[in-house]
Amino acid sequence: MKIAIRKGRVIDPASKFDAVADVFIAAGKIVAIGEPPADWRSARDINADGCVVAPGLVDLAVHVKRGTLTTEIAAAAAGGVTSMVCSPDTDPVLDEPGLVDMLRLRAQSFHSTHLHPLGALTKALAGVQLAELCKLSLAGCIGFAQADRGVADTQVLLRAMQYAATFDFSVWLQPQDIHLANNGVAHEGEVASRLGLVGIPSSAEIVALATHLELARVTGVHLHVCRVSTTEGVAMIRAAKLNAIKVTADVAINHLHLIDLDIGHFDSNYRLSPPLRTARDRDALRAGVIDGTINAIVSDHTPRPEDTKQLPFGEAAPGASGLETLLSLTLRFAESAKLPMIEALGLITHHAASAAGLPAGRVAVDAVADFCVFDPGAYRLVTKASFKSAGKNSPFLGYELPGVVRATITAGHIAYEAAA
Amino acid sequence: MLSKKNLQLNDNGDLHHLLAIEGLPKRIIERILDTAESFVGINEREVKVVPLLRGKSIFNIFFENSTRTRTTFEIAAKRLSADVVSLDVGRSSTNKGETILDTIANLTAMHADMFVVRHNESGAPYLIAQHAAPHVHVVNAGDGRHEHPTQGLLDVFTIRRYKKDFTRLTVAIVGDVLHSRVARSQIHALTTLGVPEVRVIGPRTLLPADIERLGVRVFTSLEEGLKGVDVVTMLRLQNERMAGALLPSASEYFSRYGLTPQKLALAKPDAIVLHPGPMNRGVEIDSAVADGNQSVILPQVTYGIAVRMAVMAILAGATR
Repeated sequence: MKIAIRKGRVIDPASKFDAVADVFIAAGKIVAIGEPPADWRSARDINADGCVVAPGLVDLAVHVKRGTLTTEIAAAAAGGVTSMVCSPDTDPVLDEPGLVDMLRLRAQSFHSTHLHPLGALTKALAGVQLAELCKLSLAGCIGFAQADRGVADTQVLLRAMQYAATFDFSVWLQPQDIHLANNGVAHEGEVASRLGLVGIPSSAEIVALATHLELARVTGVHLHVCRVSTTEGVAMIRAAKLNAIKVTADVAINHLHLIDLDIGHFDSNYRLSPPLRTARDRDALRAGVIDGTINAIVSDHTPRPEDTKQLPFGEAAPGASGLETLLSLTLRFAESAKLPMIEALGLITHHAASAAGLPAGRVAVDAVADFCVFDPGAYRLVTKASFKSAGKNSPFLGYELPGVVRATITAGHIAYEAAA
Repeated sequence: MLSKKNLQLNDNGDLHHLLAIEGLPKRIIERILDTAESFVGINEREVKVVPLLRGKSIFNIFFENSTRTRTTFEIAAKRLSADVVSLDVGRSSTNKGETILDTIANLTAMHADMFVVRHNESGAPYLIAQHAAPHVHVVNAGDGRHEHPTQGLLDVFTIRRYKKDFTRLTVAIVGDVLHSRVARSQIHALTTLGVPEVRVIGPRTLLPADIERLGVRVFTSLEEGLKGVDVVTMLRLQNERMAGALLPSASEYFSRYGLTPQKLALAKPDAIVLHPGPMNRGVEIDSAVADGNQSVILPQVTYGIAVRMAVMAILAGATR
């Protein structure tokens, strides 16, 4: 279908293009920006006057289960997300090519988002035996991960990284020492001590990250650090990059806004993994994003059924719904950090795609026609009813946030359009 | 950040739930202590019952087993003429998959006026208070490692009976502060009442991170920490703490942190010794101290009933 997006402010973070222009789409690709191709006749004209026409968002951290794929793909479209990287801790775990095929085929049938699975690095994520990385890669896995399970046996981890490096596969690890984090539910510090919650010390991240970075150095594998959360973690990644270790990193948007104090009266919507840490850590994470140490901002979208959150803090399931608030919270972060919008958008489009090796996140001629068209001046109230996701669990319920998605286009297909 | 209102107080600033000592204004703590004073007399009479809560239904819901605390709440409620039902939920419905909120909804449908809740998870009483019907009051009878507010209140009530002026006291809390809800409640009660120096004493493995941010001085030596104190609170050390890497053995713990007459001699001569019970004799406290003339451990139990009567009476509005 031929689509023209008219009069919008086109922003392409990769080329630093930022100007009002018309965009022309045909056969799933961008065919022209500015002047229409010869003999152009649109099947559909989208009026983007007053809106930003950005690349479709690339979210590197989404947790989906097969049973909730329909709602979560709708949530992605409503949130302007056109590419999402899925964690392997689905049910069942993505450790067999057949399972990956099934997930991708189901996702493709919606024509509304590019779903890129991460395969399990070890069978059943048990951290004992390698999964069949080559077969999983052929089935479409873009990298290999352990979700939040970690690998306790460092020799297994070394072997896994060596093997992955052999075939240029990337390894995605959330740095959290499973012994130091044992039973913990909140950042170890004053707030957890006051509330009587079992702590997860910063050292749980630091110890694991030190191990991961050293093994990445030794093996030469591309290590993607998932969800850095501490001041020290940011500093270690910065130093590793200077030492030419092949490392990229992401941070959850929640951690750029919230701190452990926000738990308040044991509000389980603030139970996240990794835990919310201190104001000092939040400031270091923000600085790490601004100076490029951290490559991408992610939603860490973790939809949870209501009854798994209506529990005492320590028994509640960790995680927050995030696909539909990623754009707004990133804009709000940019606003408060005085970061130009084009740079903030880069963190959820082009830079994220580059870190993951995905051909996405561009508004350029011949690029795949993935777009997020949003009104940057409009505000929306976050309520449970506003979520298309099955997960209504958001720490931002009641917030009024900037940025309303008007349309989402995935490979030239209109995946979402806000009611006029 | 959105505002997080004080759940414990109603719009007039009166006590609506008792969930924690942290955040309670001094005037409310003092009112509870003064009210408890008037109930001590009743407990010493031959007829120990007053009709303040006649017709009210109080449910003791214990998701974690406890005989002593539950019993004192039962006695306190009965002496106020309330109807009391005690449920050991720990062993019944939640094990069958019923959630806390289901349990609470069912009991609310039975026209409860007050829930006395104990739970092994920190914060569980907050969840209940947030979902309870507006007329229902919630009393935290101990939640995880968080707080045990009526214990903290009875501790300061006991201290006030022996020591009068809080603003001249040095108080030491000794032992497993990490796992202790009693310690947290007592620290907040003491600092709110103006005690200028609260000390916590224990090995690093049993002290919570950044505990000094609660306004306490931290000591790792019992001898150093006891010097010149007016009040010593010994915390219970549970046997399961020896299983992991927190402590090597009960006897090594006793050698460094057990309260013996010799160690107690480092405190002021008229220092008193408290213990929330149940005691582990020979682990955290020597029998000669537990049964000695500086011990106020049994008076604590007696006063516990008066303090719990005061809390329930104030919550139910009967003394207004």
